[in-house]
Amino acid sequence: MEFLGFSLPSYGWSTVLGSAISGVFLGSIYALVALGLTLIYGVLHIINFAHGALLMLAMYAVYFLWSGYGIDPYLAMLIVVPGGFFFGYGLQRLVIGKASHGKDEIILLVTLGIAIVIENLSLFLFSASERSVLVPYDLDGIDLGVTYAVYPELAALGGSFLITLALWIFMTYTDTGKAIRAVAKERQGARLMGINVDHIFAVTFGIGVACVAAAASLLVPTYAVHPQVGSLFVLIAFTVVVLGGMGSFVGALVGGFLIGVTEQLGRLYLGESLGVITISVIFILVLLFRPTGLFGAKSG
Amino acid sequence: MKEFSHLVGWALLLIALAVVPLFVHSARWIDFLEMTLFVAVLGQGWNILAGYGGQYSFGHALFFGTGAYIQAILQVKLGFSPWVAMWFAVSGSVLVAASVGYLSFRYGLRGSYFALITLAFAEAFLVLSRSLKSITEGGNGIQVALNQDPEQAIATFQFNFAGPFLSEYGFYYTIFIILIVAFAITAWVERSRFGAQLVAVRENEDAAKALGINAFRVKMGAICLSAGITATCGVYYVQKFLFIEPGIAYGPAKSVEALFAPIIGGLGTLLGPLLGSIFIHGVGELTKATIGQALGGRPGVDLILFGTILILVLAFVPRGLVGLLQSGWARLTGGRDA
Repeated sequence: MEFLGFSLPSYGWSTVLGSAISGVFLGSIYALVALGLTLIYGVLHIINFAHGALLMLAMYAVYFLWSGYGIDPYLAMLIVVPGGFFFGYGLQRLVIGKASHGKDEIILLVTLGIAIVIENLSLFLFSASERSVLVPYDLDGIDLGVTYAVYPELAALGGSFLITLALWIFMTYTDTGKAIRAVAKERQGARLMGINVDHIFAVTFGIGVACVAAAASLLVPTYAVHPQVGSLFVLIAFTVVVLGGMGSFVGALVGGFLIGVTEQLGRLYLGESLGVITISVIFILVLLFRPTGLFGAKSG
Repeated sequence: MKEFSHLVGWALLLIALAVVPLFVHSARWIDFLEMTLFVAVLGQGWNILAGYGGQYSFGHALFFGTGAYIQAILQVKLGFSPWVAMWFAVSGSVLVAASVGYLSFRYGLRGSYFALITLAFAEAFLVLSRSLKSITEGGNGIQVALNQDPEQAIATFQFNFAGPFLSEYGFYYTIFIILIVAFAITAWVERSRFGAQLVAVRENEDAAKALGINAFRVKMGAICLSAGITATCGVYYVQKFLFIEPGIAYGPAKSVEALFAPIIGGLGTLLGPLLGSIFIHGVGELTKATIGQALGGRPGVDLILFGTILILVLAFVPRGLVGLLQSGWARLTGGRDA
């Protein structure tokens, strides 16, 4: 096949299938990062630019719990998830809510400012060098025939489904979840019903950050930690969120897989460096032609 | 009377900016002044679209990088004179802006959606500039040959070996002239019918449309002007540093740099980007001179500070330094001339 002077290589089906399956694993990681983001967008209607920076911060927390206290990255979830919740709660209550005066564009800029501060604080404190957690099981796994899956990849895949399910149950059946949905739908009405909107905003942000902390635990066994690691995921996470429909958990999960598979196939056919352009192209196309995403309700 | 005092104020400011380097003989401080004006121009480009038009771009590096790459590629690969290349650089960047603007505004992307799509386009160009090695040399970047012949200094638009005065001040006065042009354009925007329509679109797009304003055309005009100004920064960058690579051109750093100065200085004001740039560069130098030394020159300190200042300004001084000056002035004169 030839296209604009590029000739696309042709591969056997097992190579393509192997690539697609590794795309599913990659996609589960994207979904994990995007879940918290989509929750924050769905309720607060804000684009949280600090999401990647918060992921990076949580990854450092997991790393230091392992290097300092020998705590297994998966076990560290018991510490970083509640920690992430309280950090997020405080951040929304004390910084974002206060500084943004309720204007969308200003919130965007405030979260960007937070991202810059967190990223450079990490650069300052921890330097730019990469740190990796060494777990005894990071190379073991199962042979899928066309590709090989290590246990951390399987854990991330399982984790993405579990967290999606947990969020869905939480939002559907708990009082707090119902209050969050009420605030998302009708802010003024929810206030009149006696819901403390500022508190619910902060709780939502806190849960979003808790999700990203869980994602960090699942990521650390396969990804090295450095101050820029979050920014690798920012654009991808936004793409997943918009593709899946802002505020939709199932959409984030499916969107994550779609992006993961597309990226891996893009790398296979267009090469390592040009392959990632598929993400930006999908992002632009979705924003233009279907800004409500695949699973999103009509905006309004 | 107010108009007249404004004119006098601007004249004094420009005269000050024109003579200040003549009292400075250290290359480091002239560099500092050049970068201050450079960021003021970069900020003014962003300010036209975001400050006056309410369209917050998070990918302004797109216009900077495109200008810079065209300037470098035309000179190095096709042997263009820099004085010719720069017109292509600016128009090429405006063309990119027109395409991005057409798509975004035609499909009605507002607010956060517009911010996201500009970010996505900048990212796409970052990937392209890394991948299309036959045009951009990929990650190695493009190097413009250094001219060492003083006779050719003007022809090559390189002042490094241009004789006693130009080698010292050539690039400063280049960016100074660019600044005057960029600020004159912005001053025109502020007073023109177009500018009034742009502000109306910012304040309430639907209401503006109801009044018969063609919001699409107004926003297109703003993004093109904005990109043109931003592209001159790219041209300047290539001539001064004789080098461009994907990260510098299209990386998020330039997009962020473009919005610091106008927000801190005062969004949607003529003076804002300059005041903001002077402020952040001043603070940056101050930290380097004081705590920067004590902390062993570790990276990140200045950006931690700028990010914090950004949040504090958004929280407590939403009208920026210009707003602070205006209310201070009003208090001094008893509220007569606010």
